[in-house]
Amino acid sequence: MPTDGVNTKRRRFLVATTSVVGAVGAGFAAVPFIKSWKPSAKAQAVGAPVQVALDGLDPGQILKVQWRGQTIGILRRAPETIDLLPEVDGDLKDPGSVESEQPLFAQNEARALREEYLVVNMHCTHLGCVPQVIPQVGSQPFEENWKGGFFCPCHKSKFDMAGRVYKGVPAPTNLKIPPYSFIDDTTLVIGVNPEGAV
Amino acid sequence: MAKPVSSLARGADSFMVWLDKRLPVTAFWKATMTGYSAPKNFNFWYYLGSLALFVLVLQILSGIFLTMHYKPSAAEAFASVEYIMRDVEWGWFIRYLHSTGASFFFIVVYLHMFRSLLYGSHRAPRELVWVFGMLIYLALMAEAFMGYVLPWGQMSYWGAQVIINLFGAIPTIGEPLTEWIRGDYFISDATLNRFFALHVIALPLAIFGLVLMHLVALRENGSNNPDGIEIKENKDENGVPVDGVPFHPYYTIKDIFGVAMFLLLFTFVLFFWPEAGGLFLEHDNFVPANPLVTPEHIKPVWYFTPYYAILKAVPDKLMGVILMGLSVVVLFFLPWLDRSPVKSIRYKGLWYKVMLGLFAIAFIRLGMLGMAEGTPAQTIEMRVWTLVYFGFFVLLYFVSPRGKTKPLPERLTH
Repeated sequence: MPTDGVNTKRRRFLVATTSVVGAVGAGFAAVPFIKSWKPSAKAQAVGAPVQVALDGLDPGQILKVQWRGQTIGILRRAPETIDLLPEVDGDLKDPGSVESEQPLFAQNEARALREEYLVVNMHCTHLGCVPQVIPQVGSQPFEENWKGGFFCPCHKSKFDMAGRVYKGVPAPTNLKIPPYSFIDDTTLVIGVNPEGAV
Repeated sequence: MAKPVSSLARGADSFMVWLDKRLPVTAFWKATMTGYSAPKNFNFWYYLGSLALFVLVLQILSGIFLTMHYKPSAAEAFASVEYIMRDVEWGWFIRYLHSTGASFFFIVVYLHMFRSLLYGSHRAPRELVWVFGMLIYLALMAEAFMGYVLPWGQMSYWGAQVIINLFGAIPTIGEPLTEWIRGDYFISDATLNRFFALHVIALPLAIFGLVLMHLVALRENGSNNPDGIEIKENKDENGVPVDGVPFHPYYTIKDIFGVAMFLLLFTFVLFFWPEAGGLFLEHDNFVPANPLVTPEHIKPVWYFTPYYAILKAVPDKLMGVILMGLSVVVLFFLPWLDRSPVKSIRYKGLWYKVMLGLFAIAFIRLGMLGMAEGTPAQTIEMRVWTLVYFGFFVLLYFVSPRGKTKPLPERLTH
């Protein structure tokens, strides 16, 4: 490049500003490509709320439904199961559900709107496997003093009967609680919070 | 050169003159092949680079033919793979070529990388050869992972679930990031479709470019050798290294022999043991993907299991993911971690042989434990070998400048 009679200061300024403008332009041009990876309108539409009928679900039984491709479990708990919950508090990572994800109405000991029904996103908060439900109290191969709960076969995470995670397992937080509400005593809708609640 | 006798030879000569004026074919051939001196003492370990290139070509070729029959949609993917296996003429051959080829790619690449650790091929001035090689390795891991999702079997689905959720461990941006990668709230058709695009277009292009850079950087300084000394420091009156031989024909012939031997082993596995008892193609992947049922025992394919074991060894999600990422990233820094005055294991003391031996055992043992069911005893063992794995790099940095060495030879040894 010939440099005689060139205002190098101005040239450097022009090169720098042109490069910056070019880089900003390239950044904006990348937006459509990056955004095209987000869930499409169709995928969002399929994520609509799901209604579930609860009649016929006995205590100790779990009903699994799909909502936004996630497996949601509806576990009906007997009163004695709910009474047992505080007993394991000392072994839990987050017994008060402070670090965990749930609607405010479910940030309580039973993690539920109505204590009887645990509505829970079944995917392990570690890496997304679906844990087994083992409601029986008593010795298990993975835990001698088992008080009932969820056990993930993938990476051995354990949760109690309210989906609260035990200490010393890879899952960082309690199982998530999705937004849900009751239409009447036997009909549940997943994906919608009760009116006024968050 | 003797004067061409026949008119055909004369014609060929004048064509080359015409061509060279427009495209530097002869000059390129001379610079990279006949005029390029390679150390004369290459051994078995020096087959692996050319074999890696050979397997890459095989994968691209078989892959192109697979895309002619495969359907990248959640509804049709599994059936289309079975269609290839059963109904397409020689489809089973092309598919097994691709799936067995993937595993052999990693066998070759791991041995190729181990060669660097043996002879210090990553040391100055070849650090960038190593860095480009590591980038190829990263791209290859992504390529293999996405390829494994395409048949849409149970292990494809749940493997993708686990791997994509690894990104969810990143604080605050983790959750939206996983949603962005999946293109949906769960692993779905959108995920499969984009993985297909990345697997057949984006990543192969990236790998191709990186291989080119790997080779250009290699030719700049020439290959290292088992003695780890520079042949360019000892040249004859014509400026040719006295311990070098022209790459062509010496090493082209050697590499062709290597390819023949490789094919003997490779085709035996391909024809008689293509799934390798669940090691190359897992049993659960012959069941169609089912979002409602998690397989009892999720594990990645064997070439990822050493890192997976490190993930499993840590009882904390974020720390596990960080440590697993670190176990790959740390390899990038090897050229600067080894500060020994000599490159090759031949002239390093016992300290390096013990350390490298333990590192190799740790890697293999972690690989085995990564596949295992995971009893509490195995978790303890995984933690021990994880410590050994990282210990290698830390110790290497501190021990290598002081570690005992033997005097280097003036010339290459035989």
